[in-house]
Amino acid sequence: MSTSVTLIGGLALVTAAIKAAGPIVLGGRELPAQFLGVISLLAPALLAALVVTATLADGKELAVGEHTVGVAAGGVVAWRTGSIIGCVVVAAVVTAVLRALL
Amino acid sequence: MTATESETATPRERFLKGLRLGVPFAIAGFLVALTFGIVARDAGLSAVAAIVMSLIVFAGSAQFAAIAIIAAGGGVAAAIGAGALMNSRFLMMGVALAPSLPGRWPWRAAQGQTVVDASWALAARGDGTFDRWLLFGSTSVQYLTWSTGTALGALGGGALGDTDKLGLDAIYPAFFVALLISEARSGRARGAAAIGAVVSLALVPFAPAGIPVLAASVGALLGLTQRARAEAQEARA
Repeated sequence: MSTSVTLIGGLALVTAAIKAAGPIVLGGRELPAQFLGVISLLAPALLAALVVTATLADGKELAVGEHTVGVAAGGVVAWRTGSIIGCVVVAAVVTAVLRALL
Repeated sequence: MTATESETATPRERFLKGLRLGVPFAIAGFLVALTFGIVARDAGLSAVAAIVMSLIVFAGSAQFAAIAIIAAGGGVAAAIGAGALMNSRFLMMGVALAPSLPGRWPWRAAQGQTVVDASWALAARGDGTFDRWLLFGSTSVQYLTWSTGTALGALGGGALGDTDKLGLDAIYPAFFVALLISEARSGRARGAAAIGAVVSLALVPFAPAGIPVLAASVGALLGLTQRARAEAQEARA
């Protein structure tokens, strides 16, 4: 129980501090256009990294599995239809079907 | 959305627009949270602990990373560290958002807590500035489903049996794929995404969890090129 309290409390504090740091230090300031150009590209770079590390790696090893195919199928749905819900549902269904078959 | 549109709309309208835009992410997030509730119970957390964690941490990838370490028999400090590394991207997002947040520092810090991936991406106007009311609206609806999804998974997840068989582990990355596709509108954004993907994968065998994702930020340096600056200025004008 005390382990849970430390884990949850610690993670909550660390997360809050990380989220607060930028706004506290840089809030309300006008930043140079060059900086804004970099910022506008942070989201695609970070999102792409989240996707590939979750689908193409298992721990410290590069690995693929049924979920890799499922996520790719979901990606096609998102790309063709723009539906986020369709994307996650197709990803789960394709993964589940492949696991049942293989 | 154009900058002028979001500047003329009232805060209330922008908040409501954020709520609306956040709904699909909130529904997908509900499924991710459901998975989290189940995984947290499997790792030995009580249902109450899992729910409280979602209520006060509210950061999916960090929660999954921390729980994975606990489940593998790792220590609490390692789990918090992994969660912090996963969240390090919020540092960059907070830096990006900072100029768009008014008020004194405690108030700015409080507003900064509303950053989650989908809301942050939705609130970006594409010129480096952010619509904070849209951010707040989008996060509100996602917070609601993140909490309720975790509660349902933690309390009733056992009824689902082996969740890997249901493909629930594919939901979380698929969620980010959908976000990425909505973000990668320009050639430059796709370039940043490609660099981010390659850099993070290359680091996976060597770096601790979370660092590969943080290091992917270098992809955004594409924004230093001449044309990106011109585009950003044009979008602001």
